[in-house]
Amino acid sequence: MKTSSDTLIQVTDLHFARSGRPIFAGIDINVRRGAITAIMGPSGTGKTTLLKLIGGQLHPAKGSILIDGENVHRLSRRRLYRLRRRMSLLFQSGALLTDISVFDNVAFPLREHTDLPESLIRDLVLTKLEAVGLRGAAKLMPAELSGGMARRVALARAIALDPEFIMYDEPFAGQDPISMGVVLELIRKLNKSLGLTSIIVSHDIKETSAIADYIYLLADGKVVEEGAPAELTASASPWSKQFMQGLPDGPVPFHYPAPSLEEDLLHVTN
Amino acid sequence: MSLIKQLSALMQHLGQGGLNFFQRLGRGHLLLLQLLTGLLPSLLRPRLIIYQIYMVGVLSLIIIIVSGLFVGMVLALQGYNTLVDFGAEESLGTVVALTLVRELGPVVAALLFAGRAGSALTAEIGLMKATEQLSAMEMMAVDPIRRVLLPRFIAGFISLPMLAVIFSAMGVLGGYFIGVGLLGVDEGAYWSQMQGKVEFGHDIVNGIIKSVAFAFVAVWIAIFEGYDAQPTSEGVSRATTRTVVHTSLAVLGLDFILTALMFGD
Repeated sequence: MKTSSDTLIQVTDLHFARSGRPIFAGIDINVRRGAITAIMGPSGTGKTTLLKLIGGQLHPAKGSILIDGENVHRLSRRRLYRLRRRMSLLFQSGALLTDISVFDNVAFPLREHTDLPESLIRDLVLTKLEAVGLRGAAKLMPAELSGGMARRVALARAIALDPEFIMYDEPFAGQDPISMGVVLELIRKLNKSLGLTSIIVSHDIKETSAIADYIYLLADGKVVEEGAPAELTASASPWSKQFMQGLPDGPVPFHYPAPSLEEDLLHVTN
Repeated sequence: MSLIKQLSALMQHLGQGGLNFFQRLGRGHLLLLQLLTGLLPSLLRPRLIIYQIYMVGVLSLIIIIVSGLFVGMVLALQGYNTLVDFGAEESLGTVVALTLVRELGPVVAALLFAGRAGSALTAEIGLMKATEQLSAMEMMAVDPIRRVLLPRFIAGFISLPMLAVIFSAMGVLGGYFIGVGLLGVDEGAYWSQMQGKVEFGHDIVNGIIKSVAFAFVAVWIAIFEGYDAQPTSEGVSRATTRTVVHTSLAVLGLDFILTALMFGD
């Protein structure tokens, strides 16, 4: 994908390591304005880390991330917070505030960033909760929700301030088939009708391919494949084949690096 | 060769420990700087502070009142047994009051505060970190230092001196119940000796200054430990323990320095 003025997020030569273990060894990603871009790859390839790097919560060892031309990691705290008002991150765990109700969780960003009257906040919160099918759960506490419900509440909170772009970390995980369809449709609608830019990190190939405009496949700290969903599905590359078809054999090892099983089992410690 | 290896490992261990200590000290002071610079804007949101005063202050009242009463009662029993040998049992009120307002009130209230409220603050903030609630706030462009830490910092700073005063008052009452009610010390002597010997400026104000200093240290440690905790259940558990241990040691050490400065001459 070529860099152009319609690029909202530009990740260039990104290097990042955690506890001495390299996570990214020079990745380049461009997220087009108004498009749904999916980041896919095996577990442990740093997909969530990438979202935190884009959000400015982690700092890269090398490389840059530009959002609308602004280098996220060179911004002052005030400007970074101003930029974050334009974005939203749906956490994998939901990350709801546990001491306040579902309603107050969704109202939280509205109360923090606007001076809207309580009556209007109520209407907005109920509308957002209705969109994720949880208006009836407004009075529940986060501890009373299932994992899937908590993530849907987090989604309602993520769209509460109508951000310019949303990063979804595993939005389909833990959803039943009905909720999965609703969340899928919601992401698509938000994208098309409001012109939002979306980044989806997911393992759900079928669902993600159905709504994504462009997919990046990460493995071994690099972008190993990229393209439209149809291109990746048809690709002859061993990376694409293994991941898109869920094959056990291929360039991505199933096992975490370790000595052979025989060596481990026969090794006698003193 | 083995000895050299062991010595080298020991040196490495010591060096790493020293580095970790100074890194934590640095992070603690940076957090304090951030807390102090955000102080004024946070005062504009009194509802958050009032709620935290309830959580850390009002909910600590029971333990402070009960402990104060018992400490005063014990002081009266021990003091009476010593004073009666010299025929000075009428000075019991002075002994109880001076011990409480100068020393035991600020110190024991701070130790109880560390156990009751400090540990709760650390656990709450640590758990918020472990469950990504603080990260979520950051991503919503809400500064967790101003939204979560500062109201707790201000509330603890306001609450502990008040709790120390209540502790001392309850101790004086406890001493009265035992000294006057049980041991037969003259009621008039108990109160009048106390009024005559306890100076507001020298004794009570210095006691309050001590508890203000203890409050600052206790809340700073509790909040830093929570914010700096490893985001795991074991990490939060260790941080909570560190809060109680470090606060207790800091309060006792600081008490010696302040006592030497205030009453040393």
